Amino acid sequence: MSAPTILVTGASGMLGGAVATALRDRGATVRAFQRRPAGIDGVEDVCGSLTEAEDVRRAVSGADAVIHLAAKVSISGPESEYRAINIEGTRHVVDALRANGGGALVNVSSPSVAHLGRAIVGLDATLADPTRARGSYARTKAAAELLAMGADGTDGLLVTSVRPHIVWGPGDTQLVGRIVDRARSGRLPLLDQGMALIDTTYVTNAAEAIVAAHDRIQDVHGESFVVSNGEPRTVRDVFAGWCEAAGVPAPTLKVPGSAARFAGRVIERIWEKRPGHDEPPMTEFLAEQMSTAHWFDQRRTRARLQWTPRVSIDEGNAHLAAWFREHPVA
Amino acid sequence: MNTTGSTGRRRASSDEIPAIPAMPGVDPRLSRILQVRDHSGEQRRWHLLDSGPLLAERGITPRGTLLAVHGNPTYSFLFRSLVRADIPWRLIAVDQLEMGWSERTGMKRRYQDRITDLSLLTDALSLRGPVVTVGHDWGGLISAGWALDNRHDVVGMILTNTGVHQQLEEALPKALQLATAPWFRTPSTSVTDTFLRTTLALSKPALPREVQDAYLAPYRGRSRRLGIDQFVADIPAAANHPSRPTLERVAAGIQELNVPTLLAWGPRDITFHDRFLRDLIQRVPHADVHRFEKASHLVWEDADVAGLVADWLETNFGTAEEPRTEAPAWRAVSSYAEPAPERHIGAPIAELAGDPRHAHRPAVVELGGEDGERREISWSLLNRRVDDIAAGLLGHGVRPGDRVSLLITPGADLTGVLYACFRIGAVAVVADAGLGLPGLTRATIGSHPDWFIGIKKALVGARALGWPGRRLSVEQLPTVDRVALGVETSIAELARSGSLQRELGAPLDAAWPAPEADAAILFTSGSTGPAKGAVLTHRQLGAMFTAVGDTLQLAPERGLVAGFATFALLGPALGAPTVVPDMDITRPGELTAPALAEAIDALGEPAVFTAPAALRNILSTADQLDADGRAAMARAASFFSAGAPIPAHLLRELRDLMPSARALTPYGMTECLAVAAIDLEGIDAAGEGSGVCVGRPVPRVEIAIAVMDELGRTTGEITREAGDVGEILVRGPHVRDRYLMLWGTTHTSMRFTGWHATGDVGHLDAEGRLWVEGRADHVLATADGLFTPVQVEDAAESVPTVRRAGAAVVGPRGTQQVVVILETEDGYRPGKAGRPHPAQPSLQEAVRRAVRERSGAEVVAVFTTRALPTDIRHNSKIDRAALSRWSEQTLQGEKADAL
Repeated sequence: MSAPTILVTGASGMLGGAVATALRDRGATVRAFQRRPAGIDGVEDVCGSLTEAEDVRRAVSGADAVIHLAAKVSISGPESEYRAINIEGTRHVVDALRANGGGALVNVSSPSVAHLGRAIVGLDATLADPTRARGSYARTKAAAELLAMGADGTDGLLVTSVRPHIVWGPGDTQLVGRIVDRARSGRLPLLDQGMALIDTTYVTNAAEAIVAAHDRIQDVHGESFVVSNGEPRTVRDVFAGWCEAAGVPAPTLKVPGSAARFAGRVIERIWEKRPGHDEPPMTEFLAEQMSTAHWFDQRRTRARLQWTPRVSIDEGNAHLAAWFREHPVA
Repeated sequence: MNTTGSTGRRRASSDEIPAIPAMPGVDPRLSRILQVRDHSGEQRRWHLLDSGPLLAERGITPRGTLLAVHGNPTYSFLFRSLVRADIPWRLIAVDQLEMGWSERTGMKRRYQDRITDLSLLTDALSLRGPVVTVGHDWGGLISAGWALDNRHDVVGMILTNTGVHQQLEEALPKALQLATAPWFRTPSTSVTDTFLRTTLALSKPALPREVQDAYLAPYRGRSRRLGIDQFVADIPAAANHPSRPTLERVAAGIQELNVPTLLAWGPRDITFHDRFLRDLIQRVPHADVHRFEKASHLVWEDADVAGLVADWLETNFGTAEEPRTEAPAWRAVSSYAEPAPERHIGAPIAELAGDPRHAHRPAVVELGGEDGERREISWSLLNRRVDDIAAGLLGHGVRPGDRVSLLITPGADLTGVLYACFRIGAVAVVADAGLGLPGLTRATIGSHPDWFIGIKKALVGARALGWPGRRLSVEQLPTVDRVALGVETSIAELARSGSLQRELGAPLDAAWPAPEADAAILFTSGSTGPAKGAVLTHRQLGAMFTAVGDTLQLAPERGLVAGFATFALLGPALGAPTVVPDMDITRPGELTAPALAEAIDALGEPAVFTAPAALRNILSTADQLDADGRAAMARAASFFSAGAPIPAHLLRELRDLMPSARALTPYGMTECLAVAAIDLEGIDAAGEGSGVCVGRPVPRVEIAIAVMDELGRTTGEITREAGDVGEILVRGPHVRDRYLMLWGTTHTSMRFTGWHATGDVGHLDAEGRLWVEGRADHVLATADGLFTPVQVEDAAESVPTVRRAGAAVVGPRGTQQVVVILETEDGYRPGKAGRPHPAQPSLQEAVRRAVRERSGAEVVAVFTTRALPTDIRHNSKIDRAALSRWSEQTLQGEKADAL
């Protein structure tokens, strides 16, 4: 049997890159699909846009499986953009696989698709809820997940969704980079003392969980899985770990969560009218994420995917520190 | 047609059919609308919850039907919790006409009309037996009325916070008298929704917003609230009320309806308080009773009533496949154990009084009374006094079986009254002052005493807090006080009249109580939830005294220093003289070394009994001892402390102070006072292990371990294999009979036939020694497996800077996360528990590593505090439940309550 061909969308991101690399190392034929070349050795780049059905069809053509990571990830911007990329993009991927005559789809989603603003304490994945999820990203990802899961079992498609929670690791500019940056300039608040317990996922673990979902799809199709390190920490400890790795002081600025949520609402309104060049410094969604617990029951995920995280948070922070030593914060 | 008379103007004329909104926690398929003729012959629209179709869909054959009737101002929503997997019964919960989502007809419905309406509805539903009626509030009366009219179908009855008291007028509390007054009623019940909101506001903690909204939903708008008004108007308080005859018929009938009955109660109710419960118990003496101590009127919301009902239904009726018609015969745990030698409690008093070698030697010595004086009472005097008081109590009307609540300072007075109660078969209710005033109040009210005997301070409290029971004082009080405190007479007076009576030649006219009769109700410490009343029979209590006496080797020559108030009571039963040291009994931890030395000196070579919290204080005040004091301490023959195991290093230091004493640390509980004991040599021999080694069982006690699954639930399997960790089960002749008015708790603790499940977790070792590792409820059910709190705490305490550690958990069982809260050597400040703060990163890391390496558990967060919360009574058990509560709130990102 020849090596399968697997398409990874969004391989230029940290997690997508890790997934593509892991698959390649196992001898799979890996294709990467994104706007600009991902530049991963031994991985064929197919450039294009998720919003273009034809681009997607071209990339998917001949692939046995798709790991679909590409998405618009942000906390601001018009909802139409999110819909086009996250919902329509996913529809294009599903349609393209159908055109192929079927195949496996690992839809990479987010726990926020089922996060309704309240604390999540030791829950397993619940149903994606586009009407009640918070923020454009979560709402459109929820709709995308329902769309993808709805295709499972039709026309030779096998679909599973993996929702890694707060992925971080060396080279991460999205989250770790921003946190460290803000901490360095003293603009990182700890909401409600940063006592909320949250799950995070070291990138290698998230990538391996996604690969495991692909490997196990015959058994686990139709199911959604939240993936995390299974080592929840308080927000303050999470931030402190990254800041220590980067060699910047841990945050000490303390803000009541309610104030931050209120500020988030106000800032979001202003941003709607007069968008800044970056993301808003605070949104209601972000304030909720940083001041309410969200950690998950990992038992089903681990049992069904036959996967356990290999890199602990402490080890992850050590890797992060090593990376920062080579890429010092300016 | 009957209308609301002068308020006819407000009558809901056209009753448009409201859309029924989704109810939280209710499967919408349960909702059902039915058109049925009412007592007036008109078609009426009923709303009800009916789980019949759902059960059929799931292929479940119901054992029978629960017919549930709500009261005022609720509706069928109240009973939604009864639809659950472990209740294989069809639920039919109705919204009464004019209430909930049923029709507003504008008619004034009397009590009898409502019973008839309900019967017409159940006829339309073709409801056939077996039926268990469920009634809450005035719905209890209606469901009981229905039960009497349909008794061929009724197999059981469940009543919650209701009442059929015939002397309603005087029994109705002020709140309800006010609510039934017309000038108050209409404005508060229908014009505004105050009545409704007040009822909802009684719950503590407050009901979730969506639940409150669901209760308010059917009563939005004045016309939809008229039913509440009419319902209140139909409370047949006055003797001439039109509904009065129906009430009297039901109140009388309920006594003849001989079916299994469950009374579940939320005592924090301003309407149907404990008095109504007492009345119901008198009418249905065979009823199983469960009081949910902290629940309010809406007991269904505040407590797991449905869980209780599930257990109760299963016990009494079995399932459809294996039906039962009554509960299996009840048998106390103690009856499975090797019996203790049997003798009447207090018999040794009479024997020693008749023995010239002992008659005039002290039985009870009180040091440091109010005036600092020493008070002594000999065996002969004690014997006479017990009989005098017993005769006096009988003469005053105290009957065998009456509950007598005692709040008397330990010493000669309490001993006299207590043994007099034992003698005549009155049931002594003993709650330790260490419970604190709120705990004492709950215990006293919750034990439904017929009599209350107290010192003046206690009587003032009884009066102020409305404690029930006819009141007697200890000392004779001035008339003005007696009247003010509602005191009938005094023990002093009763002893005098009893003595006189006996001198006149009328001997004490009372048989010794039967061994099966209740002797005492002892309240547990309350360190593990609200204090529970453990009921002991004469046989069990006697066995308990024997167990303690055997362990301590007490005898007439070997007296007892009772540094822990309650233990002053057992000396006389064992024929051992007792000294009460100079101390504040509410603060057993403040016993000083000089006070202890004085007490030892009074007895020669006694056994010493203290609260564990006192140990540190005794050691830290040892330097105040003079030479005589030191010499007295050196004479102590044994040393014993109850409540919590004592760390070995403390025992060692204490033995330096009392070199000839055998230092014993026991394991036991109010429900089974002595289970196991170990001395210092035994502790040294046992060495290090998981948890605290408490030694081998005392004579006649057996210990076993109930195996737990990965969620920390017992599986039903019992083991005595060394090393198997699980819930500790004990059996002995002194295990308590049952808990007072806690059917569910009794049932749960006796779920292993012939065993008392202690709620503690631990294991036996190869030598047959027991190791205790914390509370079963606090077992840490993590994704990595099950850990006991002590495993984690011992590991954390191995870090050198840690003084003491408490383990807490957050999250659901099976995936719980472990949190450790520490007192550090540097940061410890004795006193009230402090607010925890995140530990320094280096300390957090050290604790995390130590716990991982020693126990295998992963710790998510480490906090430090100046002092960990401990229970009031022992001041030594870490309140892990409080730690978990605090952690749960804090780590959710909420502001936590103070510890």
